[in-house]
Amino acid sequence: MTHVGYLVAGWGIVVGVLGTYAVVLVRRGRALSGRVPEAHRRWLEAPGPARPGDGPVDKRGAGA
Amino acid sequence: MGTTTAAGLGQRDTTGSPRSRLLGAVTLLAVAVLGVLAFVLTDPDVRIHPTTGEEFGQFDAMRLLYVHVPLVVMAYLAYGLCAVASVGVLVKKTPWWDVTAHASAEVGTVFCGLVLVTGSIWGRPVWNTWWEWGDVRLMSTLVLFLMFTGYLALRRTTDDPRRQARRAAVVALVAVLDIPLVNRSVEWWENRTLHQRSTLGELKIEDLTLFTLFFGFVTAGLVLGWLLLHRFRVGWLEQAAFDHGVAAAIAERHAESDEAEVRRAVGERTAEEGPADQGGFTGGETGS
Repeated sequence: MTHVGYLVAGWGIVVGVLGTYAVVLVRRGRALSGRVPEAHRRWLEAPGPARPGDGPVDKRGAGA
Repeated sequence: MGTTTAAGLGQRDTTGSPRSRLLGAVTLLAVAVLGVLAFVLTDPDVRIHPTTGEEFGQFDAMRLLYVHVPLVVMAYLAYGLCAVASVGVLVKKTPWWDVTAHASAEVGTVFCGLVLVTGSIWGRPVWNTWWEWGDVRLMSTLVLFLMFTGYLALRRTTDDPRRQARRAAVVALVAVLDIPLVNRSVEWWENRTLHQRSTLGELKIEDLTLFTLFFGFVTAGLVLGWLLLHRFRVGWLEQAAFDHGVAAAIAERHAESDEAEVRRAVGERTAEEGPADQGGFTGGETGS
């Protein structure tokens, strides 16, 4: 096989960066989840309508 | 906040859900299969010169293209989604669109950065150069990357979320105009690029090489999907934590002001009722 160093570098960087980014996202999610009631995490299928900005007016005004 | 396992969900303090875990497992499997296809089953790019009989081609360096090309397309997709969501920010004015735009811009920028790096690593053995400043596709891709890096920096500059979202949306809509330039640059400025025209459009590759490249698209799409999903949920949690923190602070402030009003009212009443009652109140306090 030719260009082994380039292949290892290229594939290694892609897998390493994407893997690290995925781990960072999961860890950030875990840290934030502890500060937010379950009702705001709709992917847990928790009961309750609450989610930020629900309704006609954004409470935080982020989308305006 | 629980670590309950209700409904079989497992750990609840996470951005994961049963479906996203399934997506993650399928994505990991696809990455492994792509690795086998790219390194074991496909042949290197070796051709024989018709007159001299010498071998030429990209040899094993072409195995880098199985990640480089799909990453390009997925970066385009992520930025396209960011543009659509930015229109949503300006028109619908809800945070759902804002969180989507932010998430897709961040993931797209990670992909775009990897495109530049893998392209540079591939270019060294094939073109004999790490970087070519005069190449229009390289430069337009770099400009795209820098504009979205600026977009992400802009999102950290102001404390006013409303203004921040609006400005970022405008920047995203301007930045995304660079994508057609990147994509068409090899045809519009054919003499100013080392890149070749699309090999997929003219089907210059075939069989297992073509299949592996398409499988690379599928795998990169799965990775993009998983990352977008979790980045969106992180952004959603950031907003919810912000709202929750503000609501808690307001409630605390109200409680403090209510308590102060009660104290003030009690103080006014005791002042009106005279020193005898005041003594009684003091006595009550010390006695308790």
